[in-house]
Amino acid sequence: MNLLAELGARTLRVLHGFGHAALFFLDLLRALPGSLRRFYLVVHQIHAIGNRSLLIIVASGVAVGFVLALQMYYALVTYGAAESLGLIVNLSLVRELGPVVTALLFAGRAGTSLTAEIGLMKAGEQLAAMELMAVDPRQRVLAPRFLGGIVAMPLLAAMFSAVGILGAWVVAVGLIGVDAGNFWSVMQNGVDWWRDVGNGIVKAAVFGVICTAVALYQGYETEATPEGVAYATTRTVVVSSLAVLGMDFVLTALMFTTP
Amino acid sequence: MAKKGIETLVGLFVLLGMIALVFLAMRAANLGNFDGGDSYTLQARFTNIGGLKARAPVRSAGVLVGRVTSIGLDPVTYEGVVTMSIRSGFAFPKDTSAKILTAGLLGDQYIGLEPGPDEAMLADGGRIVQTQSAVVLENLIGQFLANSAAGAGGGGQ
Repeated sequence: MNLLAELGARTLRVLHGFGHAALFFLDLLRALPGSLRRFYLVVHQIHAIGNRSLLIIVASGVAVGFVLALQMYYALVTYGAAESLGLIVNLSLVRELGPVVTALLFAGRAGTSLTAEIGLMKAGEQLAAMELMAVDPRQRVLAPRFLGGIVAMPLLAAMFSAVGILGAWVVAVGLIGVDAGNFWSVMQNGVDWWRDVGNGIVKAAVFGVICTAVALYQGYETEATPEGVAYATTRTVVVSSLAVLGMDFVLTALMFTTP
Repeated sequence: MAKKGIETLVGLFVLLGMIALVFLAMRAANLGNFDGGDSYTLQARFTNIGGLKARAPVRSAGVLVGRVTSIGLDPVTYEGVVTMSIRSGFAFPKDTSAKILTAGLLGDQYIGLEPGPDEAMLADGGRIVQTQSAVVLENLIGQFLANSAAGAGGGGQ
């Protein structure tokens, strides 16, 4: 009987958590239009979230492009298809790796700092003080960060893919000696600007919403103690990574199954 | 002053993102291949289109002259109706024939146009009358089997 009650309590707790998060998300969406009125706050957040993530995104993009080109070459050259190197690197970057790896890095680089910042604001009772002054902290603090994340994430993913393709170009054309003309023309014949590139950007935007919302939720709902903030920061990375990977599967199934 | 600096940096960030997007669409994908909107449409009917897909290339003498825009089925004659857009620089005679061909042995299928001797040219929305359907491997094998069975039966008598 105790076991049954325990099971019920757990289920209720999980459902309560989901409902709480969903309501928080709706609140965020409702606060979005208000944040447009103070656009400089959004600009500041794009700077904090986007500009400061630029270095790690670009560095990872180049590295992934290099390595993909090298590894794919070994497999492709046995079939005499080294010209398709650019196509394979491009498709894997634009469709999958660009959005997903960017989102994972984004959760680690920008998500954690958002959670820690808001968690500490809560621990220092700054959010409560705002409410006392009749300033809605959701509109003033959370919404600009949310919008900043949504704007920054697709741009970062596009840069990741672009830089990765350039990295692959350096390896393929410069190091291996694939013909430069073939490298680009095979790529252009095989990659569709909307089906592949456009869907990749849509993916990145969805991941941006997920990562930023999770980070803000964890920060906002943190326990107001040092341990609580540390725990919330960890959970931001874990939850947003898992959510991104799961969502990626769903989006891929929706976008790329029909030829 | 600091605010101005941040705004400039964010502007730079957004600009870089836009450049990356344009690069992906134009250089690394096929958006650059559309040369303007200067094209006209032709239609052709095939009894079997095989594995032809929308956006498949249309070639004449092996040169890319256009792309398949849509594929439909005529509800009365049950023919596959293929609509293609051809670059306006290339005009084809009225007796041009269209074939569904395969690039390489197992490659993608495309439409090959062979111009005839007619002086009059196909206009926008024109229809190519002479068509040759895709070769479906299963039908070919079926025919071959039927022929060889008939041959074996004939030899036994």
